[in-house]
Amino acid sequence: MSFMDILALIVPAAIVSAAPLIFTALGGVFSERSGVVNIGLEGLMLFGAFTGAVTIYYGEQLGLGGASPWVSFIVAMIVGAMLASIHALASITLKADQVVSGVALNFLAAGLAIFLTKKIFNAGQTPVISERISKSDIPFLSDIPLIGKLFFSNAYLTSYVAVGVALIVWYVLYKTPFGLRLRSVGEHPMAADTMGINVTKVRYIGVLLSGALAGLGGAVYVASISGNFTHSTITGQGFMALAAMIFGKWHPLGALGAALFFGLAQAISISGSHIPFLQDIPKVFLLIAPYVLTILALAGLVGRADAPKALGTPYEKGKR
Amino acid sequence: MQNKNNKMKLLVPLVSVFLGLLIGGIIMLVSGYRPIEAYVALFQGMLGGPYYIGETIRQMSPLILSGLAVAFAFRTGLFNIGVEGQLLVGWLAAVYVGVTVDAPAIVHIPLAILAAAVAGALWGAVPGILKARFKVHEVITTIMMNYIALYTTNEIIRNFLLAPGERTENVKESASLASPFLQSITEYSTLHYGIIVALIAAVIMWFLLWRTTMGYELRAVGFNQHASQYAGINVSKNIVLSMAISGAFAGIAGSMEGLGTYQYMTINAAFTGVGFDGIAVALLGANSAIGVVLGAALFGGLKIGALNMQSIAGVPTELVGVVIALIIFFVACSYIVHWLMNRVSKGGKI
Repeated sequence: MSFMDILALIVPAAIVSAAPLIFTALGGVFSERSGVVNIGLEGLMLFGAFTGAVTIYYGEQLGLGGASPWVSFIVAMIVGAMLASIHALASITLKADQVVSGVALNFLAAGLAIFLTKKIFNAGQTPVISERISKSDIPFLSDIPLIGKLFFSNAYLTSYVAVGVALIVWYVLYKTPFGLRLRSVGEHPMAADTMGINVTKVRYIGVLLSGALAGLGGAVYVASISGNFTHSTITGQGFMALAAMIFGKWHPLGALGAALFFGLAQAISISGSHIPFLQDIPKVFLLIAPYVLTILALAGLVGRADAPKALGTPYEKGKR
Repeated sequence: MQNKNNKMKLLVPLVSVFLGLLIGGIIMLVSGYRPIEAYVALFQGMLGGPYYIGETIRQMSPLILSGLAVAFAFRTGLFNIGVEGQLLVGWLAAVYVGVTVDAPAIVHIPLAILAAAVAGALWGAVPGILKARFKVHEVITTIMMNYIALYTTNEIIRNFLLAPGERTENVKESASLASPFLQSITEYSTLHYGIIVALIAAVIMWFLLWRTTMGYELRAVGFNQHASQYAGINVSKNIVLSMAISGAFAGIAGSMEGLGTYQYMTINAAFTGVGFDGIAVALLGANSAIGVVLGAALFGGLKIGALNMQSIAGVPTELVGVVIALIIFFVACSYIVHWLMNRVSKGGKI
């Protein structure tokens, strides 16, 4: 097996497993940059996966055909934002502990998704969908020698959308007035308030966007990887996205890079046994790599990662 | 004022539980189930006979311990989401000692539980050290440590302790907490002696926090780090200590599963959920030892009762998960409960 064959095996697989992580991690960036901790990403992603699976199934029944995954993405974003509004209400308006509220959201999403699955389908899982996002070669780009085979062949369109969204999020956060407001609210809400920015409103938008993107991440996972929703469809991908966001230092492009890297670790852990050089490394090291690296990054051993200053503290007007 | 605070301490959980069950009932009604019938089945499945009581108490034991773990860290101002991981390493340590060591029960059981406590304490101390030394927030590191624990324990079982069926051997009889006596008086439920361990742990937590200098320092750090530092308390040391003790409780919770309920450890595809439930238990119990025991009784009972609810009223067990989530939301937003209570005490005037 030549080196190129190895890369051709791993790189596309890495890009595929990274896409849901990228969307969810970008959601986390919006929420946490506005100053609201979002442990609930896992639950939001899980509910997005459930919504996606159900919508695609009924889309197929209604004859939407190949469009049904794309319709499901929109529905999952709306439902994700609705679910996130509970977290927003609790942690922004009612000033609940943001971590506790996020934990509760995870419980709620998991319970409700399986409850509804059992109610609707009378089974522990949704039916397997037939209209998945299909793998395709990107015209022209896939003909580029070396790069074309690695990055533009045999890949899901959603992966490129994910990269595009990351660029858009970067633009919004760093090049628009809204982005400046969002970041200022996360760093120093009182100063932002003094300048006439509505802290509550901006934080609500941040949390709702995180719900929409995490929901999208879950739906993409179903449409491209799992094909249906069960209790074990989303087990930790949301937390891995959270890790990617932190490893990416709360920056959209950093989160993109970290999610791609974690996707690579996952791809190697799945197909590593076929690769001569990697088969000697015990799988467990690849499985725990994303988490160990995140801890090292936080400890400042792999570049310092600093959270937004006001992260986790509810804003109270007039409080010093 | 003190009196009113105490009253609120009791009222917030009670009102939250009531609201959680109420909304759970509405969800059932909307989805076409019969809530009254379902709740009757739920409570019968919790306490309606010796077998059910035995099962509820069995379910309580690990929940008490994981609740104590979360509550203990909370008292020092730390949020230990890593109970799940500490529980897994504790479970593995207990089973390892239970399988490999030969000793009479009087030595073997305490040794296995001690091993679980030490393993959990070490696993919990890591986020503590990272927090004390590098100012890394413990919520993130404990979540990461959970996954590291999950994959590492699986790998250790696979390589060193594997028995047929993706699990370890059973622990030796001398390390087992199983009790034919307790089983026979509860119509052969899976009740074991673990509940005694859990209750002793609850007393230990209360004693440590409220009757020792160490506990005073830990609570002081929880109230105000800067003031404690100024008063000469070593904040870093207390953070590590608190996480280690919290991890020890979590590790013992793992030994409940390893030595009591299962007698072995499986290769876990996902988390047990006991650690996360501990967060709910600690919140509902307002981080006090007695509150944790009561909270564990409620949530443990709900989980066991859910099985009966599903078989009799046809309502999926997951409804209980939704109810528990709602209860946590309400406790966390005690603001809204206070507001409601004020409204009620004013005689419903708007």
